[in-house]
Amino acid sequence: MPDFGWGAVPSRPSLSDRPLPDTLVSGDVAVKQRQFLSLCLLPLVIFTLAFLAIPIARLFLASGESADGWAIYLRILQTPRYLSALMQTVVVSLAVTAAALVISTTAGLYLVRNQFPGRNVLLSTLTLPLAFPGVVVGFLIILLGGRQGLVNQILPGYWVFAYSVTGLFLGYLYFSIPRVLLTVMAAAEKIDPTLEEAAKTLGAPSWRIVTDILLPALSPALIAAGAIAFATAMGAFGTAFTLATDIDVLPMVIYTEFTLSANIAMASALSVVLGLVTWVLLLIARSLSGETIAAGG
Amino acid sequence: MKSLTRSIPMVVTLLACAFLFIPIMQSVLAGLTVNYFRGLSSGLTLKWVGQVWQLYSSSIFLSIWLALACLVVTLILGVPAAYALARNPGRASRILEELISLPLAIPGLAIALALLQLYGSYHGFRTHWSFILIGHVLYTLPFMVRSTLSVLATIDLTTLEEGAASLGAGPLRRFFDIVVPNALPGILAGALTVVTLSIGEFNLTWMLHTPYLKTLPVGLADSYASMRLEVASAYTLVFFVIIVPLLMAMQWASARAQRNMQ
Repeated sequence: MPDFGWGAVPSRPSLSDRPLPDTLVSGDVAVKQRQFLSLCLLPLVIFTLAFLAIPIARLFLASGESADGWAIYLRILQTPRYLSALMQTVVVSLAVTAAALVISTTAGLYLVRNQFPGRNVLLSTLTLPLAFPGVVVGFLIILLGGRQGLVNQILPGYWVFAYSVTGLFLGYLYFSIPRVLLTVMAAAEKIDPTLEEAAKTLGAPSWRIVTDILLPALSPALIAAGAIAFATAMGAFGTAFTLATDIDVLPMVIYTEFTLSANIAMASALSVVLGLVTWVLLLIARSLSGETIAAGG
Repeated sequence: MKSLTRSIPMVVTLLACAFLFIPIMQSVLAGLTVNYFRGLSSGLTLKWVGQVWQLYSSSIFLSIWLALACLVVTLILGVPAAYALARNPGRASRILEELISLPLAIPGLAIALALLQLYGSYHGFRTHWSFILIGHVLYTLPFMVRSTLSVLATIDLTTLEEGAASLGAGPLRRFFDIVVPNALPGILAGALTVVTLSIGEFNLTWMLHTPYLKTLPVGLADSYASMRLEVASAYTLVFFVIIVPLLMAMQWASARAQRNMQ
């Protein structure tokens, strides 16, 4: 339970200095205020129930409505096609998360610790893909590594990687870099620069400064950013859709089960598994990073 | 050797920039060249952009319309709710906040499947633009609520409101005269986020759209699959022209809201 900080924030003196009339705290006014607050919340609660909670409950129930019943979740594990899709999605997402963490932490620290002309241009460039849908990212990867892509035109020989697992990896990396970068930079700006100066004065080599000061200070942010990158990659649909890759990722399997095979129960079951995995992961990561932040003061 | 290790971070940063920027440049150039395969020497043209306008202008207008409608709905649902959550920061509020944030954690595809199964058989609703709007609101609402809530949480609302109440202002008057003006930086940042995300939303929209209701990103997917590279690129260029200023305004507003809080 985070402290919403009534106590921490200095109260504004102008109005609070007035003595309050008794009628305010008692009776009518307080009831009216409570009713008003409930009224403020009501539209959101109705909308969320009607279009989020009940549909998700329906999705879960639908997953048990095939001939298999609830054993459908067991069948996911017994069917090689679903199992391999699940594994491939996890492996690609893990690889993307690792790569994005390394690249974005390096770049983020560099941008926080150096001021130079053109820095803001670099920073803007690195955050541009935040607003790009997955389909656009897929198209950009095709321009880079497709049959008529830049790499294939420049290099001698045949260099087409957009439609393979490499293309998928690069596409996911493309939209993960900005997300991780922003989280890392926000955390890096809060690191006390005197720690690093002290280590330097004591003669610590630069790699020790990274491993002993920067990485421990950044670890909550790295956990949070890694979880976001992993969950986004697990659920990414647009990029895989545009690239039409030769490997099956889970969102594509769900899509084909639903639209081509009309296998509603299996599509629902796979969606439930995918949703649970991403949601639980983000929850764990947040509680981990949250606790570390609290422990660090 | 030492200077080599020191330049690694710079090289990584520049390579990452190149990786993100080069394909964007390629796409912009391809959308403006007469023949992409012959290169820039074939000359520059606006022909492809014109073709995109003829083929897809309706998808662009639908996306703008949906984004504005989404903004109105998230304002109506989100701002009063953020106020109520700020006044009652209890366990129930946390659970509700967690619930509305589910669409950020659960892939859009799963949410869309859930909506389709419950409401897909209501034909009039299924084929109406408001069906897509529901998806967009689900996805953007948490941003509006969180952005507003984070500003409200730093303000001593209780004292301000008690002051106004002692002067005879009713709840509605206090909401519009005290809460909304104080939360404005957060509402603005939330509003720009909602519009930016709604215009770029694909995962939900692809499942919820019908052949007569194509949004900008759905049209993009369509052009990538069936149009020549120059047209697809020109369409992407149009998308960039809309989304990049929005993204920059959104980042500016978010930074401003955070500065105000300190």
